[in-house]
Amino acid sequence: MEKTWNNKAWFMVLPVLVLVAFSAVIPLMTVVNYSVQDTFGNNEFFWAGTQWFEEILSSDRFWDALGRNLLFSGIILAIEIPLGIFIALKMPKAGLGVPICLVTMALPLLVPWNVVGTIWQVFGRSDIGLLGYAANAIGLDYNYVNDPFDAWVTVIVMDVWHWTSLVVLLCYASLVSIPDAYYQAARIDGASRLAIFRFIQLPKMKRVLLIAFLLRFMDSFMIYTEPFVVTGGGPGNSTTFLSIDLVKMALGQFDLGPAAAMSLIYFLIILLLSWVFYTVMTSHDAEA
Amino acid sequence: MARITLDHIRHAYNEKARAAGDYALKEVHHEWEDGGAYALLGPSGCGKTTLLNIISGLLRPSEGRIAFDGADVTDLSTEERNIAQVFQFPVVYDTMTVYDNLAFPLRNRQVPEAEVDRRVRDILEMTDLSGMATRRARGLTADQKQKISLGRGLVRADVNAILFDEPLTVIDPHMKWVLRSQLKRLHRQSGFTMVYVTHDQTEALTFADKVVVMYDGQIVQIGTPAELFETPRHTFVGYFIGSPGMNVMPASIDGATASVGGQTIALSAAPRLPAAGRIELGIRPEFVKLERGGLPVQVEKVEDIGRHKIVRARFAGQKLAIVVPEEEEIPAEAGIRFDPSAIGVFADSWRVGMGA
Repeated sequence: MEKTWNNKAWFMVLPVLVLVAFSAVIPLMTVVNYSVQDTFGNNEFFWAGTQWFEEILSSDRFWDALGRNLLFSGIILAIEIPLGIFIALKMPKAGLGVPICLVTMALPLLVPWNVVGTIWQVFGRSDIGLLGYAANAIGLDYNYVNDPFDAWVTVIVMDVWHWTSLVVLLCYASLVSIPDAYYQAARIDGASRLAIFRFIQLPKMKRVLLIAFLLRFMDSFMIYTEPFVVTGGGPGNSTTFLSIDLVKMALGQFDLGPAAAMSLIYFLIILLLSWVFYTVMTSHDAEA
Repeated sequence: MARITLDHIRHAYNEKARAAGDYALKEVHHEWEDGGAYALLGPSGCGKTTLLNIISGLLRPSEGRIAFDGADVTDLSTEERNIAQVFQFPVVYDTMTVYDNLAFPLRNRQVPEAEVDRRVRDILEMTDLSGMATRRARGLTADQKQKISLGRGLVRADVNAILFDEPLTVIDPHMKWVLRSQLKRLHRQSGFTMVYVTHDQTEALTFADKVVVMYDGQIVQIGTPAELFETPRHTFVGYFIGSPGMNVMPASIDGATASVGGQTIALSAAPRLPAAGRIELGIRPEFVKLERGGLPVQVEKVEDIGRHKIVRARFAGQKLAIVVPEEEEIPAEAGIRFDPSAIGVFADSWRVGMGA
């Protein structure tokens, strides 16, 4: 059949193009613009070429922050994905327990990010915080303000508390969509609990796990608000992630050029890693 | 291979229904022979699948016991009962190959790999899947997947019974016929007790030695296909088996004659009627003869279905179907004659005996 070309259709997508241009493309271009120039104020700009990019890529400060980001994302993914699957498997499939569990699970997701930070900041304080006080009372030397390890523990536990629910809800949705006949057939085939998980539940959850993994990766890699509120990037630079460092550089020191260059590098890293994860995780589907 | 005893089984899906006496399965009390091929036939929602799941152990009956070869298995799990079951819709393990899917029930039971291979190859042959043994199950069509499900049910050599829950629903008609004959052959070779749930009478009648007709949560008749056709015990059996189903007409009886809307019909003998009850006459369309003279009838429609014609008529205000051989003419001034030996008398839907 001859395909009908209707060029007027392009006008239909024009509003979206304009919207995206103003909300994403133009701001991004201004960042690109800043990244190749230098300024000393007065709205005067001088051409700087790739200088800022070279400076950023050769600075320890950037690589350290990037390393912290990768470590943080790695740890929270390693905790949240298995924990989320585990909780989803344990959740009731019918009855009054379902709404109770779902609402409980959804609660952390509804709390604004800076409020999450504030909650944990207070919760962890050793003088008035329930967690900090209790930990010290039972003899643990816990102080997230002075001890980098404690600061990391706090930030990670906070993220797990905040976001594991997302993984749980996604997994649970795909688990309840598995028809009963699968479980009945598995019982008849004499499958063990592990085999049921391995051959029925995991394959059905694969797609949502991919989405959960990507969402949690991108989000944790861009984390800013919660650690900023709790630790402010400290003690020292121990919880200074790329985003926190970026804000320090752009707004604290007002180094627009280096900050812009860093934003672009940061953006490209996230894009690249997401693409790599997606390609690796979906390549399995294609071969079947 | 086992004899299955269903001892006063009743099932309600929840306590509320049970208290209200609303049983999905009302009192089933029967013994099914070892090595028999049974078909559970009935309309949707009549309790066939419930009964099947009770036999397989997926459901525990609210009341009653179930025994295999005399040993009570009511509280045993499906695995302990050693049952194979095939479901209506395909269940395959997506990530496994076709071969591994079929081997799964055997490997779970630690069957030696050489034996696994032999059994799986047999089944691959039988289901015509040999060519795709190493393919992943994910990409297959619905009927290939269902063949895998079927194969997984048949692969074990030591099961007590194999249960089929409308297994051929998603298979295309030609393959349906092939698989049904394969199942029949397998049954003869292996001597497994097989129970086959279906709402398709052709499927039930060709597969089974004994057809169990269910209606509204109870078994209304167990019999060979011929018995069901010739002497249905319940008007439902008459209506459900045969195409078109049995004609059922309200009647009153006086001795060895019945009258339907003022028309008198001779019976072979006087039926033994209960004291009270709604009386109906049942006669299959095949035993109503269309001829000149006879009882008056209005022909409303003639359906020529190739092998024979079905005449839809009205007799004494009642709808009546008549089967006429293909080559026979339909007379203009038609009358009918009933074959007295083929008339059944039903009181409150249940067949009553004839003769003193």
